[in-house]
Amino acid sequence: MVLLEAFGIRQCFGGLVALDQVSFKVQAGTIKAVIGPNGAGKTTLFNIVSGIFPPTAGKIVLEDRQITGLKPFQVAALGISRTFQNPSLFAHLSVLENVMVGRHGRTYGGLFNCSLRLPAQRRAEREARDFALDCLDRVGLAWMASESAQALSFGQRRMVELARALATEPKLLLLDEPASGLNTRETGDLAKLIGRIRQSGVTILLVEHDMALVMEISDDILVLHFGTPIAEGPPAQIQNDPKVIAVYLGEDSNVAASKEPEMRLR
Amino acid sequence: MNRRNYFHLLLLAAAVILIQLCASGLNKEFYLTQLTMSAYYSLVVLGLCLLMGCAGQASLGHGAFFAIGGYMSAVLTTHNLAVWQKAVWAGWLQRAGVLVLQDNLFDGTSQLVFTPWAAFLAAMVFTIVIAILVGYPSLRLKGHYLAMATLGFSLIVYRLLLASPLTGSADGINGVPPWPILPGLTVSGEKPLRISNYYLSWLIAMMALVLLMNLVHSRVGRALRAIHDGETAANAMGINTGRFKLMAFVVSALLAAAAGSFLTHYNAGIGPSEASAMKSVRYVTLVAVGGMDNFWGSLLMSVLLNFLSLRGYFGTYDHAVFGIILILIISLMPDGPFKPLGNLIQRLSTNRIAGGKEKHGSA
Repeated sequence: MVLLEAFGIRQCFGGLVALDQVSFKVQAGTIKAVIGPNGAGKTTLFNIVSGIFPPTAGKIVLEDRQITGLKPFQVAALGISRTFQNPSLFAHLSVLENVMVGRHGRTYGGLFNCSLRLPAQRRAEREARDFALDCLDRVGLAWMASESAQALSFGQRRMVELARALATEPKLLLLDEPASGLNTRETGDLAKLIGRIRQSGVTILLVEHDMALVMEISDDILVLHFGTPIAEGPPAQIQNDPKVIAVYLGEDSNVAASKEPEMRLR
Repeated sequence: MNRRNYFHLLLLAAAVILIQLCASGLNKEFYLTQLTMSAYYSLVVLGLCLLMGCAGQASLGHGAFFAIGGYMSAVLTTHNLAVWQKAVWAGWLQRAGVLVLQDNLFDGTSQLVFTPWAAFLAAMVFTIVIAILVGYPSLRLKGHYLAMATLGFSLIVYRLLLASPLTGSADGINGVPPWPILPGLTVSGEKPLRISNYYLSWLIAMMALVLLMNLVHSRVGRALRAIHDGETAANAMGINTGRFKLMAFVVSALLAAAAGSFLTHYNAGIGPSEASAMKSVRYVTLVAVGGMDNFWGSLLMSVLLNFLSLRGYFGTYDHAVFGIILILIISLMPDGPFKPLGNLIQRLSTNRIAGGKEKHGSA
């Protein structure tokens, strides 16, 4: 089953064409990676899918529903959550509160209920707290719950951001370079964590530069180069694709293909 | 509200009672008048604390909202509608308690005016409408558009109040009747009612404090604080940022307008200076000096500085004093004086504990 499908996405910033003719599908329950050199338009693509800005042309469909042009909070309500390339936690909130913000769209309570702290509100608050703690536990940071978000290391911020995204109970999780800034051990943990998240039924779309990680966990890879897709397929196929090798090595594709491309991509 | 906050609230209530007892005992009850007014002004500051401290949206128009509330109450409760007295709807509204026939304080003629409660509710509804009109366009954008929009708005309101005969031009409106807010409780500056009004104003201020602190530590408050720290991330996490910013703006405008209504009935009048940009800057100063998102700090500083200002300690430098305080706070201690003080106390106490442990270890 196709969870997300993009049709002919085009994005221009002034005269710059950041994305052009980008079409792809994400199968439900899989991990799909988007790779490409810096400036290939990967993060732009994420921003379009998550509604940060609408594409210049093209459309995006989530489970038969057009989501092009929706605002981020509307996209989030439909089940797409994301992390950011630079972890963007809410600095003045505690770690637990940060994750509880992720529960916002799954809980109710307006001005009246909240300012009077009505019993229903208190119960909802407790449930949100428990759920958030559970999410923190999944990324292994429940013990940091009451710390300030500013007290965390870079790697921990990434994990809390992931927990916050999980707290929205997404169908599709967008991870923007989840391994950047992590050390080898943390990256290994991340790979296991992403595997577990997929096991729990969440589909994952990720942008990543760590090729070892991408090749290890993805089912399917989309390669972008200067805003256009140049290859799509399972890792084994991408590793041997002459066009991809040329893009990554900047050499003549025939020469590159003869020089053990798999090694170089790793 | 957690247990510590309830303890602080008890302390505040005790202080309020103690001050009244001292003032009455020392035969200096006139101090209570300024403290009552300070409590009402603090409502504006508490509301602005929610908007600026929590949601991170600066407003330079809260003086105008205060004036809107005050003038709505003043105009509706003093403007004579006798021309329409014969109309059928006037009779209906009189029976419904919206309009009332009243003796004019000056010439003894009877006049048809709005009751204070009706005027107050009308002021609240009007404020919601105005706040949405001012806030909606600027809050849909990211950045400091609200500060600019509200500054322009407050200048317009000030000029309109000065120009319109309906609002008494430069003289403002006098002779606003007392407001029987509950059976046996009347908002009025008359001397025999001084103590009851003092307690009423502080009850209202404390109620606002409790409601706002509940709000901040809830789903809504978390959303507002998240918007302050990162609007894009908040939006991506499912928060309708535009709506929540507007909500905070309307709530804080409502508190300002309510304060205006109360104080106008208490002072029996209101003047256009309440809407001046200087007043709006003063409210911003009081929020900043309290520590931006610190309701307790803002309340204390607001009462202290408003009291000193109302007693005339700043003399002709009144506005200048608030300006200087704002500059000093922003340049020297942007978190306000309370947070660094709290950190210092915490450091000293942990040092002592650590030192004690060390001694224990060596012995």
